[in-house]
Amino acid sequence: MAKMYHKEKSIQIKSSASALYNNLSVLRIAPRCLTYFTAVHANVVNMVSASWDGLNYSHRQLQAKEGNVATSSSLIMQAAWCVLPPRDLLVLTSQKGIQMYESDGSIMVYWHALDTPETPTAKAVFARGIAAVREKYICVGVSSGSVLVFDIPCKGSNITLSEVLEEHKEAITDMASECSGSSECIADLVSADDSGLLCVWKAGEDFQLLNKIPGFDTSCSSVKLWKGTVIAGYGTGQIRLYEAVTAILHAEVNAHARWIYSVDIAPFTGLLLSAAEDSWVRVWHLSLTPETNSVEVMPFTHILYMSIESWGLQNILFIKTHCNNQK
Amino acid sequence: MSTRTLPLLFINLGGEMLYILDQRLRAQNIPADKAKKVMNDIITTMFNKKFLEELFKPQELYSKKALRTVFDRLAHASIMRLNQASMDKLYDLMTMAFKYQVLLCPRPKDILLVSFNHMDAIRDFVKDTPSILGQVEETNKQLIEIYSLLSGGEFQLIRQTLLIFFQDMHIRVSIFLKDKVQNSNGRFVLPTSGPVPYGTQTPGLVRIYSCSGEELRKTLFRDNGNYCAALREGSFEMYGDRVIKLGTNMYSVSRPVETHMSGTSKNSLQHTKDKQANAELAKIMGEFGEEVEPSPSSSSKGDDLLAMMDGL
Repeated sequence: MAKMYHKEKSIQIKSSASALYNNLSVLRIAPRCLTYFTAVHANVVNMVSASWDGLNYSHRQLQAKEGNVATSSSLIMQAAWCVLPPRDLLVLTSQKGIQMYESDGSIMVYWHALDTPETPTAKAVFARGIAAVREKYICVGVSSGSVLVFDIPCKGSNITLSEVLEEHKEAITDMASECSGSSECIADLVSADDSGLLCVWKAGEDFQLLNKIPGFDTSCSSVKLWKGTVIAGYGTGQIRLYEAVTAILHAEVNAHARWIYSVDIAPFTGLLLSAAEDSWVRVWHLSLTPETNSVEVMPFTHILYMSIESWGLQNILFIKTHCNNQK
Repeated sequence: MSTRTLPLLFINLGGEMLYILDQRLRAQNIPADKAKKVMNDIITTMFNKKFLEELFKPQELYSKKALRTVFDRLAHASIMRLNQASMDKLYDLMTMAFKYQVLLCPRPKDILLVSFNHMDAIRDFVKDTPSILGQVEETNKQLIEIYSLLSGGEFQLIRQTLLIFFQDMHIRVSIFLKDKVQNSNGRFVLPTSGPVPYGTQTPGLVRIYSCSGEELRKTLFRDNGNYCAALREGSFEMYGDRVIKLGTNMYSVSRPVETHMSGTSKNSLQHTKDKQANAELAKIMGEFGEEVEPSPSSSSKGDDLLAMMDGL
């Protein structure tokens, strides 16, 4: 298979990316020939908007909202764009709560405060794991294991918490919604936690739990859902592919020598990218054959990023594979 | 983020500080009894019961400034005195050393093994003084109690909290530069060879399964690294082989530390006017590393110099 990617011009963001899972989010705005990127640095989110011709860049910084209690500044756990048919929102999750902004980061439209105790408890409190589901939901995970389901109107700030899903017992690490664009898939959302447990959900007025996939006490740090297949990256450096609805294990890849920090999939080509603390970014090709219900995972390419403290792996905009393969 | 990070940060930084001070005391041939007194006094303060009680309460990390103040006080818990520049250098060395250990830990839980390496060494420093040894062992027990049961994910959160605390610190340390574990831009080198962490498989295998769960086929791929199987797991008990070398004394006797005296060393000895007993301690001076920038002789009378020159 010919190489389907090339390295594009590097984009400098204002400060280094923090050591957090899934610390790079990308939003392509085709009508305006722009791509937005965000990366979290401690208590701020660095956002850069880059024109496709590579000539114009503009930067913005968003701060963590402190909440009511005047304690030490809140660290941000994750920032991600949620793409819904009527609108795109930028969601920030922190130790204090959940902030939602218009997609260019200009206006905060919603704030949800977490129940932070007055004196700190042994178990940390934070929100982490963000996914846009179906036409109207944004789901956010919490350190307690709860998944908050927010109902998002077509416009405006009348966002409401419609449901709290209590299935996980450990802190949520990541969440993902079906990204193939197919409306035939039964499973809409997968949530992952620190014990490696994966929960598969169907969205609706009341979200329905379709299945649970145990993790054998290995944290799952990053997850994607594509064509009904759960793609999960684990702290042991393994990637596993499960059929979402049945929990059948399709494939297991001993992919990395260290903790995986991020997995991402290009939905049209089935190119899967994994990035880990071993400083490798690896690209895999997935092919699913529905007729035989089989999955094939082929290693595609491996790239070593020698810049260390390369949580800058997330900086490496390798997500361009994702963008370039939208054709 | 993690409310359980502070004790580990304090103990590991403290451990590094003790390694450095111990090396300096030996390098300057300070009489054994005086050197021991310095170490004992600092360790006693470090393991003060009330202080540790506070430390072990679930809380966010102190600010960088507050933590620095803690170590300023700790470094001055004995008759040894450091001027501002020396304290700065000491703190830089301590923090970069621990940052290195956190980054290089094969798996997040190994931070506990690194902490135990420091604790083992501290116990050894005070093995002849039962009262202090008792304090240290008590703390060791507490560490085991609190941290042994944390999950991998919780340790990763601790690790992420530490990395965010150390984020953007790129001070070059000559011992790291020499060993090529740090680049000249201050970034640490992550090796792509060596044993994988305990619990991880070496990269290189894809397994495909059938719907009934049997393995259909295996594919090997070349991962371009040079990894080998994991070593055995280190011990999380009070005593035992930790296996991991991170957190052990990199300044120990067997390892020659380069000292380099520049021409007219401006940072030379300053004798105190204090009692004779302090006279030798007043002479503590040392220089690490190849490039030595003579510091301006701004030290006032009565101040000892612990001049540690590093490739800054």
